[in-house]
Amino acid sequence: MALNYFGIRAIYLFELARTRRTIMQSIIAPVISTSLYFIVFGSAIGSRITQMEGISYGAFIVPGLIMLSLLTQSISNASFGIYFPKFSGTIYELLSAPLSPFEIILSYVGAAATKSIFLGVVILITAAFFVPLRIDHPLWMLIYLILTSATFSLIGFIIGIWADGFEKLQVVPLLIITPLTFLGGSFYSISVLPEFWQKVALLNPVVYLISGFRWSFYGIEDVNLWLSLGMTLGFLAVSIATVVWIFKTGYRLKK
Amino acid sequence: MTDILQITNLCKSYQSGFQALKNVNLNISKGEIFALLGQNGAGKTTLISIICGIVTPTSGEVLVDGQDIIKHYRAARELIGLVPQEISTDSFETVWNTVTFSRGLYGKAPNPQFIEKILRDLSLWDKRNNKIMTLSGGMKRRLMIAKALSHEPKILFLDEPTAGVDVSLRRDMWELVKVLKEMGTTIILTTHYIEEAEEMADRIGIIRQGELILVKEKTSLMTKLGKKELTLQLQHALRELPNSLLIAGLKLSTDGFELTYTFDSNGEQIGIAELLQKLAEHHIAFKDLNTKQSSLEEIFVNLVNAGAQHGS
Repeated sequence: MALNYFGIRAIYLFELARTRRTIMQSIIAPVISTSLYFIVFGSAIGSRITQMEGISYGAFIVPGLIMLSLLTQSISNASFGIYFPKFSGTIYELLSAPLSPFEIILSYVGAAATKSIFLGVVILITAAFFVPLRIDHPLWMLIYLILTSATFSLIGFIIGIWADGFEKLQVVPLLIITPLTFLGGSFYSISVLPEFWQKVALLNPVVYLISGFRWSFYGIEDVNLWLSLGMTLGFLAVSIATVVWIFKTGYRLKK
Repeated sequence: MTDILQITNLCKSYQSGFQALKNVNLNISKGEIFALLGQNGAGKTTLISIICGIVTPTSGEVLVDGQDIIKHYRAARELIGLVPQEISTDSFETVWNTVTFSRGLYGKAPNPQFIEKILRDLSLWDKRNNKIMTLSGGMKRRLMIAKALSHEPKILFLDEPTAGVDVSLRRDMWELVKVLKEMGTTIILTTHYIEEAEEMADRIGIIRQGELILVKEKTSLMTKLGKKELTLQLQHALRELPNSLLIAGLKLSTDGFELTYTFDSNGEQIGIAELLQKLAEHHIAFKDLNTKQSSLEEIFVNLVNAGAQHGS
């Protein structure tokens, strides 16, 4: 069956227009907070740490910082994108339109992922002003950027459907994603942890994302590249399966 | 005329066990205006929501122009425009963008000329660049209609279209519905305002506790169920009615100056001529008379009340 191309386009452009309207919140705020991380961790503290696994500390934290923004922004963009129509009541239009679940997901998640990738690139450019950057495997970097944005936009979409209040929208990014990212090796290599905590850290899914992403920059990894790629694809598969279930059952969408 | 909407044995039960719709059967012809009347919670919105794909039916079948709303949802939904009861809009969007967005959602290629025409028809053209939050309630209501019409639907559902709209706007809305009908759009509306159904509808359905209890042509409904009332202003007060005038439906006012005769237009009671003749026989003179046909509202209230008594 042919895709509802105009429907996908309408939602995609509508969501990107929302980003333009909220550019302070969507783009400028994450760039400023990332710059602050560079100043605090990169310059102030980093001047004492000097090197991590042979890389200057400022440069070492770049992939982790991009990942931190990518994860939180993908989730908040996608969750807000689908939650707001539910909140304002305009969801009726989406549910009564000739759109398949796949098309709805493609447009919302596509738009959220596009914003995140754009943001990731902006942060990368910002980082280049603070630290000497090096990208050994640009294609892999791009693959990770896209996979992570898509996966976490899907997770955000799920949260947006699950949430029945603004508080729930904030709960997952603040209470789960941010701690997992901080503990997932954004600011350090997990090899510096005691052996027991290294094993515990491996239970943290974000470790695999950051490890793979950092490898694409500097060729250094906390976990094997293929394991990290496999885990990333695994998260994507679980997210897709959950979304398929949501549309099959009409969970929180249809009565 | 061909049916554009066919509803067969439609049921909806919620997990709580509440039965919102009970075996609803209904066919709607192309180009007609159908008014669905019912009290709050009777099932009007549930019925519309199922047809439009917002609520999943428990059982039964709905065909829109021959297309099943579940198996061929794309083809079915492309034909439908929905104006929901609640005004829900993206407050920060502009009028133009939101109407263009709605057209896109339904898979139609952009057509600025058509959007312009709709906005002009609905007196929203001057506001096209305004954010929705700056519009008045009536304008928002028209905007909802503009969105629903943006993809050129064949059937338009208007769920309580004039709730909270002032009298002159309500008249404008009625005019608009007439224009849409002339253009060949089938319109199904739910309403609390019986005068609205009386003014616009070709056929009327009455829904009570999830059951469609009656579907009739408006005129035949009013003739069949409507009562007529004859009021006579007497020249001299009567103390009581003579025995031969003690007939069903005839009442004397307490001051004795007014006689009221209520009768079904197709009933078995005596006609006006016969009554007047009897009055003449008793030398009862009157100075004025008027007749009144009961409104749809009275018919509706009678039907719903009768059902409630029957049900209890």
